[in-house]
Amino acid sequence: METDWSVIVEFIPQLLEGAKTTIYITMVGLIGGLVLGTLAGLMRAYGGRILNAVAFTYVEIIRGTPIVVQVMFLYFALPVLADLRIDPMSAAILAIVVNAGAYIAEIVRGAFLSISKGLTEAGLAIGLPHWKVLVYIVGPLAFRRLIPPLGNQFIVSLKDTSLFIVIGVGELTRTGQEIMASNFRAVEIWTAVAIIYLIMTGTLSLILRTIEKRMRIL
Amino acid sequence: MSIIEFKNTSKHFGPLKVLDGVDLSIETGEVVVLVGPSGSGKSTLLRCINGLETITSGDLVVDGLSVTGGKRQLREIRQEAGMVFQQFNLFPQLTALENVAFGPSKVRGLSREKAREAALDLLEKVGLREKADHYPAELSGGQQQRVAIARALAVKPKVMLFDEPTSALDPELKQEVLNVMRALAEEGMTMVVVTHEMGFAKQVGTRLIFMEHGHIAVDGDPREVIDSPPNDRMKDFLQHV
Repeated sequence: METDWSVIVEFIPQLLEGAKTTIYITMVGLIGGLVLGTLAGLMRAYGGRILNAVAFTYVEIIRGTPIVVQVMFLYFALPVLADLRIDPMSAAILAIVVNAGAYIAEIVRGAFLSISKGLTEAGLAIGLPHWKVLVYIVGPLAFRRLIPPLGNQFIVSLKDTSLFIVIGVGELTRTGQEIMASNFRAVEIWTAVAIIYLIMTGTLSLILRTIEKRMRIL
Repeated sequence: MSIIEFKNTSKHFGPLKVLDGVDLSIETGEVVVLVGPSGSGKSTLLRCINGLETITSGDLVVDGLSVTGGKRQLREIRQEAGMVFQQFNLFPQLTALENVAFGPSKVRGLSREKAREAALDLLEKVGLREKADHYPAELSGGQQQRVAIARALAVKPKVMLFDEPTSALDPELKQEVLNVMRALAEEGMTMVVVTHEMGFAKQVGTRLIFMEHGHIAVDGDPREVIDSPPNDRMKDFLQHV
């Protein structure tokens, strides 16, 4: 079969639909992942022994297992274990929340602990409670250091959504696979899919780089 | 009544006794200079006063409040005892003015406008009014330390604690910080100063404490004990500063 780029045109609307699903899973998943990761990261950095142990266990379990196994577990094993049936889309989003959350926890912990202890002491010394020191002084400084590694994690999570092909979520990779199965145009379709991923990750990079430039690292 | 009172106070780091049963009363208006070899416990003694280090045993009462009285009480103590650090520790994301106004607005609950005004007055006092809108990174070490002094004063403390305030500064910048401290002492501020500046100790100090192995080894008039050290260990120490 000769390569014929014009066949892509016909499938563009379908591929863009898939890309939309990819973006949706990534965005909702990362918002959840940010909340969960920030919480777990702060527990690791400032929690007592118990909170720290809980967060540590969570991070180690997730970092130590592949995301495909995690989503398979959520989708296939959870219904058996807990009689809890979830649809593929929810399983996909939840997988990103839980997976990205673990990596973000380590990013948050590292950023907060990298801020000089002297600044915390200076805040405490003027009579601020510890939580206010974290909110007004350490937090804003840590936030600036979060952005580069966070950007990296966002891109990783976006690409990880392609693995949800295993539970049949109609994201970009799955859409490509389906089109391919009907017309066998491997070169054209996978090229188009790759380019759409590049556009999405490139846009994300650009946004993060702009934010980074606006904020001085102190 | 003493404003600071150590009562058989000890501080251990594991098996290491950094403070070993210290008894010490500091009265309002005193300028106490703490000296001693490194590891003698002088910085720890100072940091126990505002609870940045917790004491292991004994008691330590600041302005009638024990440092062992819980978080809330500790915050009250910290508002009465301002601290200046060796590394300045200014908040880098805030301007000089914002650094100074930070305490009054976030701790004392002063309005933005009032906190600003008070901060400008304090910057004036340390001779840096014209640097109000500069960030710490744009100031010299000496200027940063003067802003740090203004920041500590802004919460209106009754005592000022200085932890080697000039040790991180070049010789020519030390003087501007020492001058601000001298002016503060002349206004009657109670001060506890860990320093190696013997000239300052003699001119400004009203009392000198030489520490060794977590004990107070010498406690006396700065001019007398510096000019004629009562023991060999202190004589030896003075030859090396």
